[in-house]
Amino acid sequence: MTEQSDSLVKRRGFLLGTAAIGALAVAAAIKIGKPFEAVAASDILRQAAPELHSYQPSFFTEDEFRTLSAMVDRFIPAGDEGPGALETNVPIFLDLQVGGDYGHEIYLEGPFVKDPSPLMGYQLPYLPSDIYRKGLAIFSAEAKKIYGKDFADLADAQKDEFLTACEKGKIDFAAHGEEYLTSSGFFGHVLGDTKNGYLADPMYGGNKGMGAWAMIGYPGARASFREWVKQHNVPYPLGPVSVMGERA
Amino acid sequence: MAIINDEVDAVVVGLGWSGSIMSIELARAGLKVRALERGSDQTSKDFAYPMPADQYGYDVRNKIFAKPKDAAMTVRHTVDDTALPTRKWGSFGPGSNVGGAGLHWTAVLIRPTPTDLKLKTYADETYAPRQLQEDMQLQDFPVTWEEMEPHFDYFEKVCGQSGKAGNVKGEILPGGDPFEGPRSNPMPLPALEDTLNCSMFKEAATKLGYHPFPNPSANASQAWTNPYGQQIAPCNYCGFCSKYPCLNYSKASPQTTILDALKRHPNFSYRTNAEVVRVDLHDDKKTARGVTYYNENGEEVFQPAKIVLLCSFQFQNVRLMLLSGIGTPYDPMTGEGVVGRNYAFLSNGNATLFYKDKNFNPFATAGATGQMFNDISPRPGFEDGVKYGFIGGAKIHSSQATGNPIGTSLPKGTPNWGAGWKKGMKDWYGHSMKVSITTTCMSYRGNYMDLDPTYRDKYGNPLARITFDWKENELKLQQYLRDIVLNITKELQPDSFTESFLKMDSHYDLRPYVSTHNVGGAVMGDDPKTSAINKYLQSWDVHNVFAVGGNAFPQNFQANPTDMIGALSLFSAEKIVGEYIKNPGALVQA
Ligand SMILES: Cc1cc2nc3c(=O)[nH]c(=O)nc-3n(C[C@H](O)[C@H](O)[C@H](O)COP(=O)(O)OP(=O)(O)OC[C@H]3O[C@@H](n4cnc5c(N)ncnc54)[C@H](O)[C@@H]3O)c2cc1C
Repeated sequence: MTEQSDSLVKRRGFLLGTAAIGALAVAAAIKIGKPFEAVAASDILRQAAPELHSYQPSFFTEDEFRTLSAMVDRFIPAGDEGPGALETNVPIFLDLQVGGDYGHEIYLEGPFVKDPSPLMGYQLPYLPSDIYRKGLAIFSAEAKKIYGKDFADLADAQKDEFLTACEKGKIDFAAHGEEYLTSSGFFGHVLGDTKNGYLADPMYGGNKGMGAWAMIGYPGARASFREWVKQHNVPYPLGPVSVMGERA
Repeated sequence: MAIINDEVDAVVVGLGWSGSIMSIELARAGLKVRALERGSDQTSKDFAYPMPADQYGYDVRNKIFAKPKDAAMTVRHTVDDTALPTRKWGSFGPGSNVGGAGLHWTAVLIRPTPTDLKLKTYADETYAPRQLQEDMQLQDFPVTWEEMEPHFDYFEKVCGQSGKAGNVKGEILPGGDPFEGPRSNPMPLPALEDTLNCSMFKEAATKLGYHPFPNPSANASQAWTNPYGQQIAPCNYCGFCSKYPCLNYSKASPQTTILDALKRHPNFSYRTNAEVVRVDLHDDKKTARGVTYYNENGEEVFQPAKIVLLCSFQFQNVRLMLLSGIGTPYDPMTGEGVVGRNYAFLSNGNATLFYKDKNFNPFATAGATGQMFNDISPRPGFEDGVKYGFIGGAKIHSSQATGNPIGTSLPKGTPNWGAGWKKGMKDWYGHSMKVSITTTCMSYRGNYMDLDPTYRDKYGNPLARITFDWKENELKLQQYLRDIVLNITKELQPDSFTESFLKMDSHYDLRPYVSTHNVGGAVMGDDPKTSAINKYLQSWDVHNVFAVGGNAFPQNFQANPTDMIGALSLFSAEKIVGEYIKNPGALVQA
């Protein structure tokens, strides 16, 4: 069976475990008249993008999810320009992706080398789920060690200071027995995935209400511009649509 | 005990561009043809709107590419390094499934030049002895322009090529590429619409004395019925092209241009989830008996065949020859052997130009949208190569293969995260254009392919190993091209710009995507000492095996490869049908 021929709602990585969205799934199941087990994330998202504060993560633990949410909030904060990562459900995107089949295409046969040249690309012995699990544990422990508090409870300036140290590779993951993943590597993965979730189609769980697309002026899945292509240097007037047909 | 299939006249390994062309041409001649494709089936129905309009799925997660898990190779810079596997795709991304990379290509469809086909001759005539790098291994293609031209012409009709001819039967036409080889016909369809970046680039390049023309495209600009009777719809500039399957039946692919017609031939059949692991030879090693593959249940199957056509993309063609003992493996120390010899890639570079007050609407674009010029190319009259001591050139272009937001370029000084990044996205998405280079790449003694001693695939077979790095010639070329791009940039007066070019001390970086224009490794030639296959793509050693694809290129020219791959496939098919099946044996006497 090809991934391409899967129907939208059956897409792998999209089916949530029964524990996943809990009450929300039940509500959606009632609304769309399907048995609870057959409700896919996409159905739920189509009904109503879940509220982040009531979302039960299916992959991350509560603690991990709290730390991760605090990270992505600093990566793309709320503010006047447009919605931030929390308002657009980026943590839900990360939970669905990292707990789904994301990264299962990676060639993971050994041997693995420590400290390879960065030119050689991805050389970790890890799936994304390993990177998040191992990385978040060390990240949280180090923040606590330095500041005496959970990362999520730090002031914004402290959060940014700690994230910058991670970005620059200054947090010593090796001291925690981690042989492959560095703090900058972990930082880069979470930042990259955060941007992806912010800008991806909402069917993946983030970019709630297509808020990021509306902010930048990207029309999403409209995908038909035969007439428009000749209009040079004119701002495009229409708002975005999503693969599932939402409009903003 | 392996399952044994019914015998066929020709087995085609891989059902992408070259496999589809070989299949239909041989099926039309009445041969019993069977294609074996390692991936799954996929038809245009699977790509109906709005499914492909999904950047994260197709561009970031590479939904329809081969998975590295199933198709990795290993790479190192020199023979002294330990090669590491391509655990994720970076600088290139091979295809899988029916259609191959031909389904998610960008569809710039352009010919090499007559000089490109005879580059060794050109170099010998143009450069002083020993002026060029000593370890360079240039070779002529063993075919002439006149032999190839009818096949370019035909393949371009198959694809519904859209663009402006620059040279029809020797007459130079305004608005086309004056440096192209003489064409027998104009391009089948008019050029795609220009976007804003195209018209700006065209004006600046023209002012500076260059000869820009619209990127020749296999995104059809108008409705088209091709020689196989397949109908292609006019492109709707959906913006989801390079790395995506076409949602509009407009981009030439095996699906839109060949497969439906092919499937109507009762003497053609195909199997999917059928990964070929070797070509089986007769005891005398002079002919093949057929191929062995694993089917979807993981069972080993033997497919007997009178002719074996390797159409599995450059990497796999070379690897299957090495795994099967077809031809002598290349040894970079002695320079002897031919399989793996002359692997080449290409480099790119660009300037990104930012304009606060311009709306480029980059989402409204076809894959091939762009303007380019070929003034900088190995050609009679181009003197700077000799002057600066390099051979080669580049398409210099402003293209817009896709304009989706993930990965948007931002001006210098924009923070990588935080409020500043978000503001950067808001201010600058849709307000930049690129001026880019896509370069030639010569072949060298030390750039080659063999089998990896350590890393294996899921069947336990060694991965292909690539040894490749940039050489001084290519790095000098980049410095020369950078000056030209920056000069054009100056003419275009952006508010600011960023640049990305190789430096003289750069090494091959596996991370950023360049292009999937990997070539060589089983090159065509006149001499069995320096080529693995003859001009008809026939193995010198095993005469009923043909290696069809970019593997045949002795070095890489600046045109995109697929026009040449299509034309070579047709040229080889014609010879197989016209001569080989009547009188199997070597088609060229060494
Ligand atoms: C993103 C992208 C953009 C591109 N843009 C352009 C462009 O603008 N212009 C251009 O000229 N070219 C472009 N190309 C390159 C173009 O796609 C290739 O040149 C072309 O597809 C090569 O044809 P092929 O038949 O050799 O390989 P493919 O079309 O890739 O077909 C090979 C097939 O063989 C199958 N296969 C491999 N191994 C096995 C095995 N062991 N057993 C069975 N089956 C096997 C594969 O799954 C695949 O289906 C692009 C490529 C990519 C990835």
